[in-house]
Amino acid sequence: MTAPTRERVTNKAADDDPNESPTVAPVSSKPARRRLNKRPWVIAGIGLIVPAVLLALWHWSTAVTGYFPIYQLPPPASVWDAGIDLIQRGELWTHVAISTQRVLIGFLVGATLGLAVGAIVGLSNLSSSLLSPMIGALRAVPSLAWIPLLLIWLKIGEDSKVTLIAIGAFFPVYTTVSAALRHVDPHLSEVGRAFGLRGFTLFRTIQLPAVIPSVISGLRLAMAQSWLFLVAAELAGASMGLGFLLTDSQNNGRVDRVLLAIVLLALLGVLTDIVIGFVEKRLLRKWS
Amino acid sequence: MAPASLDVQSRAAAVQVRGLHRTFSTAAGEKHVLSNVSLDVPAGGIVALIGASGCGKSTLLREICGLNTPEAGAVLIGDSPVTGIDPRCAVAFQEPRLLPWRTIAENIALGLPSGVDKETGKARVAELISLVGLVEAANLRPRQISGGMAQRASLARALARNPAVLLLDEPFGALDALTRLRMQDLLLDIHAAEPTTIVMVTHDVEEALYLADDIALLAPAPNSHGAHVASLTTVPGSRPRSRTDAVLAHLRQEMLEGLGVSRHH
Ligand SMILES: Nc1ncnc2c1ncn2[C@@H]1O[C@H](COP(=O)(O)OP(=O)(O)O)[C@@H](O)[C@H]1O
Ligand SMILES: [Mg+2]
Repeated sequence: MTAPTRERVTNKAADDDPNESPTVAPVSSKPARRRLNKRPWVIAGIGLIVPAVLLALWHWSTAVTGYFPIYQLPPPASVWDAGIDLIQRGELWTHVAISTQRVLIGFLVGATLGLAVGAIVGLSNLSSSLLSPMIGALRAVPSLAWIPLLLIWLKIGEDSKVTLIAIGAFFPVYTTVSAALRHVDPHLSEVGRAFGLRGFTLFRTIQLPAVIPSVISGLRLAMAQSWLFLVAAELAGASMGLGFLLTDSQNNGRVDRVLLAIVLLALLGVLTDIVIGFVEKRLLRKWS
Repeated sequence: MAPASLDVQSRAAAVQVRGLHRTFSTAAGEKHVLSNVSLDVPAGGIVALIGASGCGKSTLLREICGLNTPEAGAVLIGDSPVTGIDPRCAVAFQEPRLLPWRTIAENIALGLPSGVDKETGKARVAELISLVGLVEAANLRPRQISGGMAQRASLARALARNPAVLLLDEPFGALDALTRLRMQDLLLDIHAAEPTTIVMVTHDVEEALYLADDIALLAPAPNSHGAHVASLTTVPGSRPRSRTDAVLAHLRQEMLEGLGVSRHH
């Protein structure tokens, strides 16, 4: 049994009868969507297999056989206990909250600037010639290279960290948005112009919707980059946050807490990615 | 000229193309496409443009609506010259060019003249959708419909303007034979009900003979690489014409020869 698929409808040849019902599309979209709705759970389930196996191996090689000494690799249970301990002291929440706050603010600032500058560079040839070489050069600077400068200028405070994260979030958004705008089908922009659209209305009606999928993938990259830059910022000097938890625990020889911080970073990264993925799905349903 | 065109000056506007030149600069150098093109279309008239592929038909349409500016010559709509994209024109491009993120109804609404109020616009779109036979597809996206349906949507979008000048670039090219005949009649009905001046590009000589008052053949100008109006033929009789007229059959032969199709072909 082959379910009618979208592709078959898309490539339907130029046959036509004005009274003919419009192909199988509306009927076929239903089973297709139901199938897709079910899939995420199956996919998520499959995706959990490998982590579960690794966790079991970890447990087996530490708690069961003692192959790894505890000061090198503590068993999963002690990492869990370390987490409970930090929660009871009321510290864990502070670390997670401050890190998340930094990431979100930095991401918002960087992504907004990335959208704005990306739009300017993508839409105007003049500003592209003017700005893109400079921005390209700045993009080539490795993230860690900014840290000394930011610390000198902004001191070890929230500003320097948020700025570094904003730098990290800026480039993926800037790059994808400016490139996508430059590649909007000129035929479509011409339709807009031919029907009297100009300036911002043209942008809102044609270019913006055309680049929405790219904008979202840029935002997704930017979010991942933000967590990356967060750790760089917090490693360089902080008194709170997951990056601080990492360095502090390293100095105290608390491998369990180091592992805890790593697991938490992984979970938070996945969580924010899922949120963006959810927004993506909704937007793409509307805009593509 | 068809008598219908006499009492329609209210909305339709005459189009005059005067000594138009157009050159494209390409990687291979200057390409002369239009060379001294002149064409007169009275208000409410229908002119068909025929000519070999790549001879500049689409380019001429773009000049008329102001999407391109000529190096020399001018286009007049009514009494005023075309200086930029002209709001009195509506174009149905050679490709349907529908916005993929909009439904068919929303795509057609893009053609509505600016400042039309919501209810009027909605009613107009609904009317056009049923005229071009897309009722069932109104809420589908372009990727969910066939090429021919997309082309009809593009035609409806141009008609939504209720334009003074309607420019159609091979509007029925992707339609099957039967739908093509229906759409030709539909175009004539709309033209009779809401008079507009039509310049349409077509490859189909029969279609030109059935629809047009005049047929302009675009062909290479002597001593130039560009094309000009090599002949302008007035189609005898008034619309609606019979599709099997003997006089027209003779003209058809002439036209085909003008296009370089030999008698024995
Ligand atoms: N923007 C452009 N840049 C360069 N050459 C063009 C451009 N538009 C059209 N041409 C050239 O002009 C010629 C006429 O094109 P067109 O008007 O599309 O022909 P057709 O009669 O098939 O509609 C073609 O040779 C095409 O390559
Ligand atoms: Mg063409």
